[in-house]
Amino acid sequence: MRKFYTLLSREVRSYFHSPIAYVVLIFFLLIAGVDFYFQVSFMNQRQVQYTVQEAFFNSVFFWFAFVLIFPLITMRLFAEEFKLGTIEPLMTAPVRDWQVVLSKFFGALIFYIILWIPPAFYFVIFQYVAGQPAAHSAGAYSGSYLMLLLLGMFYLSIGCLASVLTKNQIIAAIISFCAITLLFFLGLVQFILLDVSSAARDLLGYFSAIEHMGTFSRGVIDTRPIVFYLSMTVVMLALTHQAFQSRKWRL
Amino acid sequence: MIKVENLTKRYAGQPAIQDLNFEVGKGEIMGFLGPNGAGKTTTMRILASFMPPTSGRATVAGFDVFAQSLQARAHLGYMPENVPLYSDMRVTEYLDYRAALKGVPHRRVAERVGDVKELCGLKEVENKLIAALSKGYRQRVGLADALLHEPDLLILDEPTIGLDPNQIRQVRDLIKNLGKQHTILLSTHILPEVEMTCSRVIIIHKGRIEACDTPENLLGKIRQAGGVLLEAKVGADNGAEELKKISGVRDVIVDSDGDWKIFSLRVESGADVREEIFRLATTRQWRVRELTQRRATLEDVFVEITHSDSI
Repeated sequence: MRKFYTLLSREVRSYFHSPIAYVVLIFFLLIAGVDFYFQVSFMNQRQVQYTVQEAFFNSVFFWFAFVLIFPLITMRLFAEEFKLGTIEPLMTAPVRDWQVVLSKFFGALIFYIILWIPPAFYFVIFQYVAGQPAAHSAGAYSGSYLMLLLLGMFYLSIGCLASVLTKNQIIAAIISFCAITLLFFLGLVQFILLDVSSAARDLLGYFSAIEHMGTFSRGVIDTRPIVFYLSMTVVMLALTHQAFQSRKWRL
Repeated sequence: MIKVENLTKRYAGQPAIQDLNFEVGKGEIMGFLGPNGAGKTTTMRILASFMPPTSGRATVAGFDVFAQSLQARAHLGYMPENVPLYSDMRVTEYLDYRAALKGVPHRRVAERVGDVKELCGLKEVENKLIAALSKGYRQRVGLADALLHEPDLLILDEPTIGLDPNQIRQVRDLIKNLGKQHTILLSTHILPEVEMTCSRVIIIHKGRIEACDTPENLLGKIRQAGGVLLEAKVGADNGAEELKKISGVRDVIVDSDGDWKIFSLRVESGADVREEIFRLATTRQWRVRELTQRRATLEDVFVEITHSDSI
């Protein structure tokens, strides 16, 4: 456990040692801030059926930034170690493969969670300034943050897998960006292709991050997406572990 | 300490090492010699459990490097070629991290990190970023890292490559000192280094072990096969023609320095041709200013073994 903790703390620290962390933070906060500002000004001008909090988590801005941050967070995880050769001292120390894989995944997850702390203050500030709550219930906050965590875990695990496959960070970023974007648009197919059967539509609905976020940000906690995202994360990490181990044989 | 049996590694069907068999006993400093691409790094990586062999077996401190790799890794300190390091960390920070990773007990981390910094002369750069270190210091950080958990066995892949002569001397002294408590397997190109530090030498060529002996014995085998150097004014004679007729002379290379001719003679092993040359010189009235037998060095052993097919 101590070795895992040592690896994890290095992973988290290494984010803040590199300029990537600050670029991602600034880029993300800029878009999230503009998104929040637009949603509030939009609501200021007309009557709407949803809350600020719901609007914030379901806007085009939000999804645009959301899909982009995962390749940026995960591309360096394994690819950089392969490229610089630091994988050699790492793997010749008495550590297990899964400790390395999990420390990289959880390191990325911790950075991702840190990314989501400042936007949480938007709602607090809104309540303070506007004198009314940004969401209709506490459940809506926890629902949307739970969905952020689940989606984050799944997409980060895809990023881990992409990064373990290559020693080129750019290639890792492209692979994970494509995979995440395709998965994301799979959920939109039901709106694009109107002639698909209702069964196919329901099936695709299970993959729809937009739909999941829609329900969770209203405070409706559905267990199906929870099981889906958690199990897919486990599958992706198992594949990452497998690919990581198989590298030894291909060296 | 190390036992290697029929070790073979193939990359995409191409053998990198074939049927290696050797043992390194406790307290030995074993030198691993070979031209580039001979399979030194491959062998060391297998011993360090970085990659598995295609076939064969290797044990480190009694643990199989594949089946019990975690225990094997815990017993050895490995310094990879070119010493890859996290350049975003500071020296002390890096060593603390490595100590924890290698399972040095919490309360001993500070003491061990202090010790290896002292031993490897890293005190003056302890707060510097690794990215800002010179090649020599990076090399020392790698060595300090290998020593952190007080391993019984050290595997050092080209520990002196890219260093200046002073640094090479420092590292060599360090290795010699370490050899008092540790078993060491080190690979290198620098032959005098091996003669000075190693108790035994393995010469590997094209993935096979060509020789495995003490440096003295290896030299003994080849000493007679050294050469003779003759500098003389031979007047109207050709020189080389006459010298070649002496029995035992294999080959003569001629060079000139003004009026003086310099003959380098390769002789058959066991033959001492100096007396014959002297006799020849007196009968032909050559004026001789130098006649020496050149002593073979490990370099000759190395060249003879690894270039045997090109001669």
